[in-house]
Amino acid sequence: MSNIVSLQSITKRGDAQPQTSGCSTKSSCGSSAAQGEMPDHVWDKIKDHPCYSEEAHHYFARMHVAVAPACNIQCNYCNRKYDCSNESRPGVTSERMTPEQAALKVVAVANKVPQLSVLGIAGPGDSMFDWRKTFETFAQVEKRLPDLKFCVSTNGLALPDHIDQLADHNIDHVTITINMVDPEIGTRIYPWIYFNGKRYTGLDASKILHERQMESLERLKEKDILVKVNSVMIPGINDQHLLEVNTAIKQRGAFLHNVMPLISDPAHGTHFGLTGQRGPTAAELKDLQDKLAGGANLMRHCRQCRADAVGMLGEDLSQDFTMDKIDSDVIYDPEARRLYREVVERERADRNAAVAIAEDTLSHTAAPARLVAVATKGGGRVNQHFGHASEFQVYEVDHDGVRFVGHRKVDNYCQGGWGDDDVLEDNLIPTLEGIEAVFVSKIGSCPKKDLAAAGITAIDSYPFEYIETAIARWYADINGTNEVVMGSIA
Amino acid sequence: MALKITTSTCSACGACEFECPNAAIAMKGETYVIKASACTECDGDDPKCIAVCPVENCIVKA
Repeated sequence: MSNIVSLQSITKRGDAQPQTSGCSTKSSCGSSAAQGEMPDHVWDKIKDHPCYSEEAHHYFARMHVAVAPACNIQCNYCNRKYDCSNESRPGVTSERMTPEQAALKVVAVANKVPQLSVLGIAGPGDSMFDWRKTFETFAQVEKRLPDLKFCVSTNGLALPDHIDQLADHNIDHVTITINMVDPEIGTRIYPWIYFNGKRYTGLDASKILHERQMESLERLKEKDILVKVNSVMIPGINDQHLLEVNTAIKQRGAFLHNVMPLISDPAHGTHFGLTGQRGPTAAELKDLQDKLAGGANLMRHCRQCRADAVGMLGEDLSQDFTMDKIDSDVIYDPEARRLYREVVERERADRNAAVAIAEDTLSHTAAPARLVAVATKGGGRVNQHFGHASEFQVYEVDHDGVRFVGHRKVDNYCQGGWGDDDVLEDNLIPTLEGIEAVFVSKIGSCPKKDLAAAGITAIDSYPFEYIETAIARWYADINGTNEVVMGSIA
Repeated sequence: MALKITTSTCSACGACEFECPNAAIAMKGETYVIKASACTECDGDDPKCIAVCPVENCIVKA
């Protein structure tokens, strides 16, 4: 279990102490950098949820338990028979479990991963169609970890029948996958649904699904439950239509919109995979996300994780917590999570202050926007070796600030202690297309040279700095404004 | 008169278990089975287990 993010990822800077920005209390400065204009009661609900808050995903981990395998709709991007431990995407799981087993697994994870803040049920079927197992799992976990937050993912078809039960379990977060608000478009995504004991196909199916999804949004809004809407972007089918979806869900009070790229590898055996329907390119996805940025808050940090994922977003420790590795008498020890939260409170205030300074630096820099990539293990810092990164977080920087725009998964450059030039050439460099600089805690001279030859500058001069600070200083530096501004702050 | 589940293609999602109006479906070992004596094939309506099953032709006449 060496890859679990430990407290060190946010507290250790090599041999030195964490560099603070000279501000450690929440009240004195900068606490609102991530909160923005958000009201306190909403911020309180999302600030520790890695899927609802981009900031929180640097600090907190989620886990899914695959207790709900039954589904009530068929989607053309889903093949429910596919099961592979190497495959990381929604709907996929290697292990199904009873609610009782799930509760034991949650305890085992909470003891080892203090970052854990949320338990989600995301299938592999539909959490609200398979509601008996979902709510039984929550009941079992509540007995052991009363402070863990729950959330569910659903297609919304069965959700209106279970609103009160969701409220009973103090659930603040529900994710509904909505791919259309026009049933005609729905006919190209959903071959059938099962509703009130009957199978519906064609336009009837999509009409019912659409009506129930809109009803779900409205009923959840009445209960003050935050709703994230996931939409799968399917080029040629609903890509432009997602602008209308964005408007419709915003009207009905959705808090966050998460547009995800279609995954359609033919090997998965999905209808779209087998019929050659392609997914969007990274540039097409970003283009649509940029168009949607004025609607409901937009989520860009989604990792499309498995129905049994465990850990920080972007990592998956599910193989470390299979049922055969979990003691049947495991007991929850709350101390590690309590300590971790204390550290995060301090780190957060400090990081917010650092971000405010970084943004002030940038406001003096008039230059074109640039895209950069960062290797990070969490804590919002540049703290991962180039060779160890299995994904890069992508940021855009200009005089308005440093904005997270997404992530790109890559193959590890470092393979068993040695750099792999084929991986660099065939995977890393193509994946980093459009990126001008890569921020890492460390990088060897060979890959640095090869990246430079491909037009990508590797930056290792800000190890363990906050991401925003490192990027802002670099940007001010290359634009020749750093001396002036940093001088004026000091 | 009864239906049966084709074990080799069943994904064991369990959707049929709760939909069966006769409680004729249950997990037995690793797979779901239909108790023939309890199955009525939904008395002439479209059988609910077939309607909800995500795998084509997994549930068939015995």
